Amino acid sequence: MRNRLVIGFTLAAAILASAPLVAHHTGSTLLSETTVTLKGVVKTWLWSNPHCLLTMEVTGADGQVVQWVVEAQAPNSIYPAGYRNNSFKPGDQVTVTLNPVTNGRPYGRISRVVLADGTTLGNGDGAGGGARGGRGAAAQ
Amino acid sequence: MVRVLVLMAGLSSALVFPIDAFAQNSSTTWPDPVPDRRPVAEKDKKPAPRRTIAGMWGSRLGYQAKGVQLRPNDGRPENELPYTPYGLELYKSHKALEGAHAVPPAQTNDPRVACEPLGFPRYNHYDLGVQIFQDEHKVAILYHYDYRWRVIWTDGRSFPKLVDGGVEIDGQYREQRYFGYSVGRWLDDYTLEVQTVGTLPEDRVWLDNTGRPISDKARITETFKRLDNDTLEWSETIDDPKIYTRPWEAMKIPMTLQDPRTDVLTRYCSPYETDAYNKAYGDSASGK
Repeated sequence: MRNRLVIGFTLAAAILASAPLVAHHTGSTLLSETTVTLKGVVKTWLWSNPHCLLTMEVTGADGQVVQWVVEAQAPNSIYPAGYRNNSFKPGDQVTVTLNPVTNGRPYGRISRVVLADGTTLGNGDGAGGGARGGRGAAAQ
Repeated sequence: MVRVLVLMAGLSSALVFPIDAFAQNSSTTWPDPVPDRRPVAEKDKKPAPRRTIAGMWGSRLGYQAKGVQLRPNDGRPENELPYTPYGLELYKSHKALEGAHAVPPAQTNDPRVACEPLGFPRYNHYDLGVQIFQDEHKVAILYHYDYRWRVIWTDGRSFPKLVDGGVEIDGQYREQRYFGYSVGRWLDDYTLEVQTVGTLPEDRVWLDNTGRPISDKARITETFKRLDNDTLEWSETIDDPKIYTRPWEAMKIPMTLQDPRTDVLTRYCSPYETDAYNKAYGDSASGK
């Protein structure tokens, strides 16, 4: 019960837009069609099949820290949207727009990520869009 | 003097004949590992070469996450498939991760998540991107997803006869296969028609990500039409009387010629990586 309250406060404090930013029909009961936007600190970034995973810590208005795990599609699907295997490193400040899971747990699917330097990485659902290159291209 | 004339003729030829668009890239660089070249503008199109579909081909239409390209599983009446009663019962038993009746990861019974080969024609309906090679006997299609390949025989051999549990070829019984048995023939200099039978039964493979079924009674017809140098129109019709009441067209995708030097990102189905994903995300996200 307490964890759910913590998650609820975190969402309430961090939501910048509650209306659907993307008309995202999941066709599944897993994900909400309404997106939320969270500011957090990266813990890990897993560049892997079947899905890439971003783990981040989000601090709510009440000071509670909640760990979120958010997924994107496989590397080959999100590469055109600017994601790379070194797009994130531990400690990075990120702003993530995502479709959260409907069971209230801190999981979801990435819609968009904005890095601290303003770089936008596009639709993590593999639908393309967003800036090409990202950190990986800059490092080449 | 003769040598000078020969040299001048060679230089003139180089200027007259079209230069390969990919040749302008440095051979010492690695292209992006995702072939994402967009369709060529009308004004830049070059004539199609004869009797070849060789090359690396890709299209964003190939993702097909919501099911086959021409009939995505989106709940719209026009995209409903003509199921037999058995076919509909089978579809309802499939718990898919995509489509109108998708379930969370922990509930799926899609054989793909156990890293079973997708089978044919499902490889045509999942993140389609290929490299095609051909010689005088055959066309070999290398699917980027899961690094699988299939062979289409174009040397005039007979087409197998579909029998219970397999096929009959020249009087010999042969087993069912993930990719079946494919024979192709050129209808004209730019159109290759391919027929396939002998695929796996419906308890082993699905048709697409959304759980549509396909049986071992299926006869799949593909048409590869080279529209111009950079465009290959890949069509597919499914005739499966066990599952569907009539033949229907599943896809018609204009594939774009990609940089042949692309070293594509690997996309294997790994039981290890799938298990790691479920532990880190899939199970908890599903409420398990």
